[in-house]
Amino acid sequence: MNTDRPMTRWERFKDNDILWSFLHSPGAMVAAAITLFAILACAFAPLLAPFDPFDPAQISLWDGKLPPAWVEGGQSQYLLGTDNQGRDMLSTILYGGRLSIIVGLAAVCLGMVLGVSLGVISGYVGGVTDAVIMRIADVQLTIPGILLAILINGIGRAFLPLELREEFAIYVVIIAIGLTDWPQFARVARGATLVETNKEYVQAARIIGLPGWLIMLRHILPNTLRPVLVIATIGLALAIIAEATLSFLGQGIPPTTPSLGTLIRVGNEYLFSGLWWITFFPAIALVVLVFAVNLLGDWMRDALNPKLR
Amino acid sequence: MTELLQIKGLDVEFPTRRGTVRAARGVNLVVRPGEVLGLVGESGAGKSTIGNAIIDLLESPGRVSAGSILFQGEELRGQDDTQMRRIRGDRIGMIFQDPQTSLNPLMTVGAQLVETIEKTTDLSGGQADARAIELLEQVGITEAKARLKAYPHQFSGGMRQRVVIALALAGDPDLIIADEPTTALDVSIQAQILDLIKRLCRERDLGVIIVTHDIGVIANIADRVAVMYRGEVVETGEVAQILGAPEHEYTRSLIAAVPRADVKLERFSSVDYIEGGTKPFQRIDVQTHWLGQARKERGGGRAIEVDRLNLSFVLQGAVLKRNRKMLQAVNNVSFTVAEGETFGLVGESGSGKSTVARLIAGLYRPDAGQIRVVGQDVTTNPRSAEAKEARRALQMIFQDPYSSLNARMRVLDIVAEPIRFYKLTDSEAETRRIVGDLLDHVGLGSAAALRYPHEFSGGQRQRISIARALASRPRILICDEPTSALDVSVQATILNLLKDLQKELGLTMLFISHDLPVVRQMCDRIAVMRHGQICEVSETEALFSAPSHDYSRHLLDLMPRMDLLRGTQS
Amino acid sequence: MFFFILKRLAQSVLVMAIVSAVSFSLFNFVGDPVNNMVGQDATREQRVEIRQQLGLDDPILTQYTRFLGNMLQGDFGLSYRIKRPVDELILERLPATLELVFVSAIIALAVGITLGIYTGIRRKSWTSRAILSVSLVGVSLPTFIIGIALIYIFAVNLRWLPSSGRSGTLDFGWWKTSLLTIDGWRAIILPAITLSLFQLTLILRLVRAEMLEVMQTDFIKFARARGLSERAINFRHALRNTLVPVITIIGLNIGGLIAFSVITETVFQWPGTGLMFIQAVDFVDVPIMAAYLVFVALLFVIINLIVDILYFVVDPRIRLGD
Repeated sequence: MNTDRPMTRWERFKDNDILWSFLHSPGAMVAAAITLFAILACAFAPLLAPFDPFDPAQISLWDGKLPPAWVEGGQSQYLLGTDNQGRDMLSTILYGGRLSIIVGLAAVCLGMVLGVSLGVISGYVGGVTDAVIMRIADVQLTIPGILLAILINGIGRAFLPLELREEFAIYVVIIAIGLTDWPQFARVARGATLVETNKEYVQAARIIGLPGWLIMLRHILPNTLRPVLVIATIGLALAIIAEATLSFLGQGIPPTTPSLGTLIRVGNEYLFSGLWWITFFPAIALVVLVFAVNLLGDWMRDALNPKLR
Repeated sequence: MTELLQIKGLDVEFPTRRGTVRAARGVNLVVRPGEVLGLVGESGAGKSTIGNAIIDLLESPGRVSAGSILFQGEELRGQDDTQMRRIRGDRIGMIFQDPQTSLNPLMTVGAQLVETIEKTTDLSGGQADARAIELLEQVGITEAKARLKAYPHQFSGGMRQRVVIALALAGDPDLIIADEPTTALDVSIQAQILDLIKRLCRERDLGVIIVTHDIGVIANIADRVAVMYRGEVVETGEVAQILGAPEHEYTRSLIAAVPRADVKLERFSSVDYIEGGTKPFQRIDVQTHWLGQARKERGGGRAIEVDRLNLSFVLQGAVLKRNRKMLQAVNNVSFTVAEGETFGLVGESGSGKSTVARLIAGLYRPDAGQIRVVGQDVTTNPRSAEAKEARRALQMIFQDPYSSLNARMRVLDIVAEPIRFYKLTDSEAETRRIVGDLLDHVGLGSAAALRYPHEFSGGQRQRISIARALASRPRILICDEPTSALDVSVQATILNLLKDLQKELGLTMLFISHDLPVVRQMCDRIAVMRHGQICEVSETEALFSAPSHDYSRHLLDLMPRMDLLRGTQS
Repeated sequence: MFFFILKRLAQSVLVMAIVSAVSFSLFNFVGDPVNNMVGQDATREQRVEIRQQLGLDDPILTQYTRFLGNMLQGDFGLSYRIKRPVDELILERLPATLELVFVSAIIALAVGITLGIYTGIRRKSWTSRAILSVSLVGVSLPTFIIGIALIYIFAVNLRWLPSSGRSGTLDFGWWKTSLLTIDGWRAIILPAITLSLFQLTLILRLVRAEMLEVMQTDFIKFARARGLSERAINFRHALRNTLVPVITIIGLNIGGLIAFSVITETVFQWPGTGLMFIQAVDFVDVPIMAAYLVFVALLFVIINLIVDILYFVVDPRIRLGD
């Protein structure tokens, strides 16, 4: 690529191998489309949803437990039926999905910021700092994430007075999942940092006399982002599952403002009496969402791995 | 005489998203029994592709698109995998570059040999074991019987390459293809392995194709040589004829670029056929330029003084100090480099020469000893303002052009980083102008500023590194094997550039290399290092004509014989 | 070898020390232990008496040492809710969890490794692609949804298998097994599949990725150049070199099974330690939470130790030193 004129940003973007791989991978495009659709649908839930599930005026217990519109006994205004309290399933799923995505994103961001900062510092500074940070990460990794999330979440709830528990449940869940996530990010970021620190451009920066924080920020951090991005995508899928699991176990988001996991938990109680739709639709929504994110992460891992290219 | 292998009109293609790359075009080659054919060329010339095409192991998605490969009268092209499997190992053996990765780490050497013997011959059980021992002895491994039970990691690099050769010989093949068989090895081991290959060729009447970038290897081992350039064989003939009186323009450039060990030349003769080499660039008048302003400070003093420097690395940690395995990487090293001088540090890998460079550059802290840069002690209190200021006078150029530039930064930002950090200019506009001038001066052209490193070749990247080093307006340049990752023709242009810069800017240079001919061309004085110690320090010409230390003499003896080249170079 | 294991043992002790410190602080910082023992309406004198009985006024280090001593004897005190010794409760429920994890691990390893090797070798085949696509769905299915789906299909609609609980147990002293009766197997089959599915897909994908990685190495290329058969290359060279990472995966996998047994046991009302833990979290029953934490960490440390020893067996570079 040695034309005489340097490429513009747009040309460089079009020339990008990753974009090219994306445009030649139908799975990745479908996944991106689903993810984008899900994020948009949930972001604009208040506009899209036919009902507001949090508005008592719109809920009538008489309309409770109605099956989907196409099943006998269903009503056309409730496309996917209603739950035990008479809330429209489609609307609750849109609002619930929104909550699931927000919690997932926030938890991953928390884990990522914490993990990447600690990982880069650990890898660059080395010595005792490195040993302490990584030992903590190791010990934490000894205990499976979901257990730890349940534990942190349980402790967090125990600290809150009863009347605040519901209100702050979402933050407790975010912190619980985020705190469970960080060692993964720290390990990956540290590994990448060790590789980059040994590269000669970092040594060149040190010889120029740049201070450590500037080298970490300007030189190392941008070069560790690729693997971190892959972990973050897969981590998002796992965080959404973790939130759903906590909520399903009754430890997460309360039924007053339900997330997808809460909806499934509530619906599960009615499964034996044949009210399958209260569980089925939120479950499908959750699985499709997680699948799309996973598909994206899977493609990204292959596309960003220079060895497989 | 019948030909062992005859390649006619061979084309190899690699379809990629940016169009088809033709890695080999119309290649004709002949190999006869009992001779070594050298296939020489620079990176990207397509020489390895030919070897892989012969045994049908091209990396995906490469394929042979035209031509024929006749082996003992049999067409290899178009044979399916089952048929090829009977030829691989049985009739054609292969040796790869890196002995560290060529062997399965989890299987004993014996198991790998026996497995190959059983596949390629009728022998089995005890007979196969006996044959394995015999093979190891033939490639010069002593106590072969005991070593059968050893794992690859228990062998040294050179020994591992001998095992690889034994494996290639297991099926008693008629042709051996050796792809850069000595590139990953130290000089002293290189010679032994080449001797072994040559001996086996003669004794067994083998045909050997040796693929290499190194003219020295060709001069030492090959009977005939084929020169490749951009997928084509540009010239074939007897070694003496090709190296002594090359006809093709490219061959002539290539040979002219090989550093001479026998005499010091002012510059490398100008070489065509080099990437970017023909591009005209403006050189600035250093005397009046920003770049030359720091020169005023310079006097005739001492640039670097190193006094009884010591550094050990921990090889294997342990709680108790006496249980730790230490490596004395630098052992009581002392020398002085005068301002304006080019001082060479020479040694094999592991001699500690690069560690000394990194100690001086401040990347490592010494266990003991003192370093003075332009008269300022930088070891006692390395964080003091004076030490930092002194260190600014010193910049470094690294070996690997690929990892020495941050891939996420534009060339402008890479080169401007020290200027901006130390606020060496008054305005951003001036910074950009100076970066442009620097890039012009190192022969890249100022337009390079807006590109990213991956758009440049290895030699061009090394020029960017040089521009970045100059941007701090250094008085001392440490060059750590600056050209050992480059092709020989590119090496010549970079070395010329360094020589010019040194003269113009009055730089002091510490030049680290394992390559004696290069050092001879570059340096005024040379220190020979071994096992972390300095064996001798001499004027360059004195060292080459009358080395005082045994080890220096040994190193000089190992230099490839280049007598064949003399005709063309003088 | 000896020093290697000694070093690992030291690390394990460190892990356990930290985990025990965490579980000790659970006692001190989560909820008021006195309230938990006597209830809200106890008199002041009663409270002081209990505090002294429990030694809550001693220096923190003394308390921790006492906690450690008790812990080493398996004594975690009484459950706040059920008022029975915690170690008794755990031991009672341990067989159920271990049997569930054991059956799941067998399923996950056998199927996961087999399919992983198959998709790793037959990279381009149609079946491999299908298996891979399905496996990605598997990674995306939360355990509890798999459980609900299986219950709905096999228990509610088809009525083939029970939907919850453990049955057909035979008593062997302190160990109650359900693996010796048909009823027992009928009860364990759904939870075991539920628990294994996620790990199975993980193992499959990781084994395949490792196979592909090894296939790129020089020694495989050199083996090809010697004309060795595909069979020898795949099994003798490639598969053996995937063993080290695969052992790591298996170690993590068994850990994952223990963790997710919490969820599976909840879905299927399986009377194991996981279900007990989740109920304990609900009621902030600290002694059970703390004991479970220590118990899980101990299991993990043991698994990791076994994995390290297996490395030794498999990889001569570790065994013989570099």
